[in-house]
Amino acid sequence: MNWDWSNVDDFMPMFWDGVWLTLKALFFGTLIAFSLGLVWAVAQRSEKKWIRWPVTVVTEFIRNTPLLVQLFFLFYVVPEWGPSMSPLATGIVGLGLHYSTYTSEVYRAGIDGVPEGQWEAATALSLSKRRTWTAVILPQAVRRVIPALGNYVIVMLKESPQMAAIGALDMLGQAQNYSQTTFTYEAISVVGVAFIVIAYPASLLLRVLERRLVR
Amino acid sequence: MSSEFFSNWFLPGVWITIQVTLLSAALAFVIAFPIGVLRTSRLWIVRFLAGAYFEIFRSTSSLVFMFWIAFTVPPVFHISFQPMAAGIVALGITYGAYASEIVRGALAAVPPAQREAGIALNFTPAQRLRRIELPQAWPEMIPPFNNLLIELLKGTSLVSLIAVADMTFAGDLLRLVKNESAPIYTLLLVLYFVFAFVLTRGMRLLERHAKKRVGQTPAKTGLFGGMRSSSSIDAVTGTGGAK
Repeated sequence: MNWDWSNVDDFMPMFWDGVWLTLKALFFGTLIAFSLGLVWAVAQRSEKKWIRWPVTVVTEFIRNTPLLVQLFFLFYVVPEWGPSMSPLATGIVGLGLHYSTYTSEVYRAGIDGVPEGQWEAATALSLSKRRTWTAVILPQAVRRVIPALGNYVIVMLKESPQMAAIGALDMLGQAQNYSQTTFTYEAISVVGVAFIVIAYPASLLLRVLERRLVR
Repeated sequence: MSSEFFSNWFLPGVWITIQVTLLSAALAFVIAFPIGVLRTSRLWIVRFLAGAYFEIFRSTSSLVFMFWIAFTVPPVFHISFQPMAAGIVALGITYGAYASEIVRGALAAVPPAQREAGIALNFTPAQRLRRIELPQAWPEMIPPFNNLLIELLKGTSLVSLIAVADMTFAGDLLRLVKNESAPIYTLLLVLYFVFAFVLTRGMRLLERHAKKRVGQTPAKTGLFGGMRSSSSIDAVTGTGGAK
């Protein structure tokens, strides 16, 4: 075993840059995933077939294909027709789009969990459709699914290193760069430990939150 | 896309994707059962160790772990192996941890009276597990296993990044060599979707069969044949999710 701690020290400045980029991607990716997921979930409850069907097909397609190939698609194919984006922007859009199809399932479960009587009460008060959603259904649905949404932030964090494949200098991207230029291998371990250090306490925190909010 | 590329790289890549999926799923399955059973053990130290395995792999990125197996383990421990072996082992260990959570949850859902009945009949713990608990827990495991299998199928695309020539790797190659990307990546997305669809239908059949055997009613299939009928959140993160 030949392990050199000085490589770990050397790598640290790059590592922190990577952490910063990962956090940026995670923050904006989460924003997209949470808001777009809600749009998908509400659209799938639409009475109009021409809204419900395309949304179902598109979300099923996105959910059942790999994030990595989607990132490649966004980064290499989409610019042939239109806008080209930086690796970070592509990562944000890719993560957000991919996980919006997961969060939409979470929202859907939350919406299904709102008692039938609440819908009937809204009808009885002759609330408009928009008011029924924003004032009655969604506030009850979203509160219950916050812990489940939080889980997807952790899942997104764990999947975010795939951005490195399109050249984003996140934690893994930095580690790859460092390893390839110095012919060392310690940097990957630093990144691996970093994930445990961030993700494990976060999931413990979520469990506490879940006990408080649900039931 | 030339036919030469197609037969030399793409079709072998499809075959490698299938191999990696099946082999790592088999490894995950083999790991999941003992770990899942040990997590219901009465000894706290056994429960703790098996639980630690799950917590560690739930908290790491599978791609980083795969890189670690492929690029850090060989020089540090002075061993060498094929990239494909590294990919299969990394995926198997990661998804084995998630699958162990499914096994644990399904075993915990068997009514306690069933276990007590086994004790009353003087069954050994092994007999209870094999003849009472597992047969009842098994149908409960299939839908989350289905979700996990699709996550695993998608996860196999990561092996392209450690230089395993799977179908995603073929896409990368075509982009680099011929500077052409639109047709291949579109084809890849469609293919992964078709594979996921086929897996889902297969698991549905298995579920119907298993449920009939223990006298439960099989669930109805909807659009896309009940693809992701339940949210995969329970499987992937193990915190239960919102019910």
